[in-house]
Amino acid sequence: MTYFGELLINGISLGFIYGLIALGFVVIYKATEVVNFAQGSVLLLGAYVVARTHASLGFTLAVVVGAAAGALGAFLIEFLLVRRPRHADPIALAILTIGVDIALATDLTRRIGQRVLSFDDPWGNSKVDLGPFTVPQARIAAMVVSVVLVALFFTAFKYTSWGVATRATAEDPEAAALMGISRGRVSMVSWIVAGALATVAGVFLGTSPSPGLNNTSNLTALNAFPAAVVGGLDSTEGAVVGGLLIGVVQSLAAGYNDQLSFLGSPLGDVAAYGVMLIVLLWRPSGLFGTREVTRV
Amino acid sequence: MFDRPGGGGFRRHGPRGVIVLLVIVLVVLPLYVDAFWLQMGLFVFAAGIGAIGLNLLTGTTGQLSLAHAFFLAVGAYGYAYFSGTNTQIGGGVEVGGLELPPLLAAVLAVALAGFAGLLFSPIAGRLRGIYLGVASLSLVFIGQHVLLNARSLTGGFYGRDTAPFSLFGFTFTNEDPPLTVLNVPFGQRERLWYLGLVLLILCYLFASNLLRGRPGRALQTIRDSEIAAATMGVNVRVYKAAAFVLSSMYAGLAGVLVALAFQRPVPDYFNLGLSITYLAMIVIGGLGSVRGAVVGAAFVTALPQVLTHYSDSLPFLAQPGESGVGPAEFANYAYGAAIILVILVAPGGLAGVFSGRSGRAAHARSTVTSPSPEPNSSVGDGLDRNDPTGTASSVTVNKEARHT
Repeated sequence: MTYFGELLINGISLGFIYGLIALGFVVIYKATEVVNFAQGSVLLLGAYVVARTHASLGFTLAVVVGAAAGALGAFLIEFLLVRRPRHADPIALAILTIGVDIALATDLTRRIGQRVLSFDDPWGNSKVDLGPFTVPQARIAAMVVSVVLVALFFTAFKYTSWGVATRATAEDPEAAALMGISRGRVSMVSWIVAGALATVAGVFLGTSPSPGLNNTSNLTALNAFPAAVVGGLDSTEGAVVGGLLIGVVQSLAAGYNDQLSFLGSPLGDVAAYGVMLIVLLWRPSGLFGTREVTRV
Repeated sequence: MFDRPGGGGFRRHGPRGVIVLLVIVLVVLPLYVDAFWLQMGLFVFAAGIGAIGLNLLTGTTGQLSLAHAFFLAVGAYGYAYFSGTNTQIGGGVEVGGLELPPLLAAVLAVALAGFAGLLFSPIAGRLRGIYLGVASLSLVFIGQHVLLNARSLTGGFYGRDTAPFSLFGFTFTNEDPPLTVLNVPFGQRERLWYLGLVLLILCYLFASNLLRGRPGRALQTIRDSEIAAATMGVNVRVYKAAAFVLSSMYAGLAGVLVALAFQRPVPDYFNLGLSITYLAMIVIGGLGSVRGAVVGAAFVTALPQVLTHYSDSLPFLAQPGESGVGPAEFANYAYGAAIILVILVAPGGLAGVFSGRSGRAAHARSTVTSPSPEPNSSVGDGLDRNDPTGTASSVTVNKEARHT
C-alpha cells in the first residue's frame, strides 16, 4: 500500500508537469487552431538555457532566464513562421512546426551530446516523508509550483484581457475580430505563455528522480500529447485532468511492470498512448473537448 | 479543382520523356556505380514506394498520419516471419518462422500491413484532422513496444535476419545462379536494385492511374469537404478506410524492401523519426503528387547518406568525434528548413516548382488540405471569407461548435 501511495504521489506530480506542457498545446490550439509539434524542442531550449546559466546566475534566476528563452523561442516561431502564411490551413501549419522541431531539436541534442546536464536545483536528491510515504523532494516542489502556475494561468485566462480575448477568438474568430480583438496579439501571447510553461515543465522533468536533462528529454515531453488529447485539445481544464490521468497511469504502469510482465516492458511510455487510444475510441474529441457539430 | 487530377497531370505538363530517360539511366546505372550507390538506390526505391502510399492518405485524402513507420515495420517483420525459419539467435532468443516461399511471404506481409491499416480504420474514421495525426502517433509507440517485446517474431532489440528474396528459382543473392552482365558481376545489391526499381515503377503507375480515375477524385473531394463528397454520393467512410488500407499496403511493401536491404531490420529503425521522415518526403515533394512523393523520397533519403559519404571532402562538416555539425545533423537542418520553406513559399512542393504549378493550384492546395470545409481565412482581417478554390461552393456548409 505504501508502494502504491508513493507511485500515486509521483504520478500526480508527473501529471502536473505534463499538465503544464499540455496547457501550452491547448492555449496555442485555442488561439490559432495549430497543434504545436515544436513544443518538445522549445521545452528543451528553455531547459538547456537553465542548465547552462544556473552556475553563474543561481537556480531561481536561471529558471527565470530559461523561461524567458523558451518564451522567446516560441514567440519567434510564431512571429516568423506560423503567422506568415495567411491562408494556410492548420494542418499545414502543424507540419510546419514539425519542420521547426526537426531543426531545433537536432541542434539542441547536438549541443547536449551524450552529457546529462544537471540543474543544481535546491532539492537535489533529498527525499521527504509524507506520513508513510517517502517521495523525492523535487517531486513535491514540482507539484506545488505546477499548482501555483496552473492557478495563475486559470486566473489570467478568466480575468485578464488576454484571457478574454483568447476565449473569444476560440469561440468565434470573426466576431472577435469585429469586436476589435487582434488575433495576432492573442496568438503571440499564447505562444509566449506556452513557451514559458514548457520550460518550467522541462526543468522539473530533469530534476530528481530523473538524473538530469539529456538529449532525449524532448521526447519525454511528447507524453504531454496524449495528455492534451485525452483531455480535449481545446479544453484548458482537460489539459490538467488529462495530464494527471496520463501521469498516474504511467507511474502505476511503470511501478507494477513486474506484475504486468505479460504486457512486456517498459510499460510506462506505451501505457500513455494506450490510454489515449481508448479514450479517443470512446470520445473522439477527448474527455472535455468541444465536439464538432457539422450542419449542412 | 476537378481539372487537375492528383496524378500530376502527366499529359499537360508532360515530362514523360524525362521520366523515360530517368528510368533508362536507372536501368544501366548498376553497371557503373559502386556498392554505396546501389544500397542507397535501394533505400530510395523503398522510400519512394512508402512515400507514394503516405501521400495517397495524407496528401490526397487529407488524413494526417504519423503512423507510417508502424506499417513499414509490419511489412518488414511480416516478411521476416513468413519467410523465416525457426532459429536460435544471440542472447538465447529463439525466433519462429513459417518458411514460406519468399514471394508468397512478401505478398502476405503486404496483406498483413493492409490488414493492420484496416484494424486502425474504425479509429481513423471517427477522428478528424489533427486528432487523427496525434492518435496515429500512438501506433508508432505501441508498435515499438510490441516489436521489442515479441521476441519470437521480431528477435527483440537486435532484430532478426531475413531470408533472401527469390523469384521462381532466381535468388536475389550473390550467387545461385551466378550472373555476370557485360563483365559486371551481378550480386545481391544489383539484383535487389532491379527488384526495387520494378516495384517502384509498378506502384507509381498504379497510384497515378488510381488518382486519375474515379477513386482519386472521390478521395480529393473527401479532402476538400467530407460533406460535399457525401452529397455527391461518395461513401466517405468506405473511401477513407480504403485509403488507409492502401496506404498501409504501400508502407508494407516498402517495409519488405527495407528488410531485404538491411538483411537484419532492427526495431529501433521504425521509430517516430521514420514517420516524420516520410511526412517530410511528401511535404517537400508536394502533397498529393505521386511524382512529388518519389522526388521527395529521393531527396530526404539520399541527402544524409551522400553527405556522410562525402563528409571528408566537405569542409563545413565535422568528422566523427569532432564537435560541430556532422553530416546527419546537417541533413536534419536541411530538411527541417525544407519543410518550413515549402509550406511558406511553395505549398506545391518540388513537384509544383518543377512543373510551374506553385501558383494557383499550389495556393489552392495549401488552403484545402484540411478535411474541414471552414476556410481559415479569418486570420487578422477576419472578414475575408472567400474560398479561393470554390470547392465548397456547391453546398452551403455551416460548421458550428457547441460545448457538450
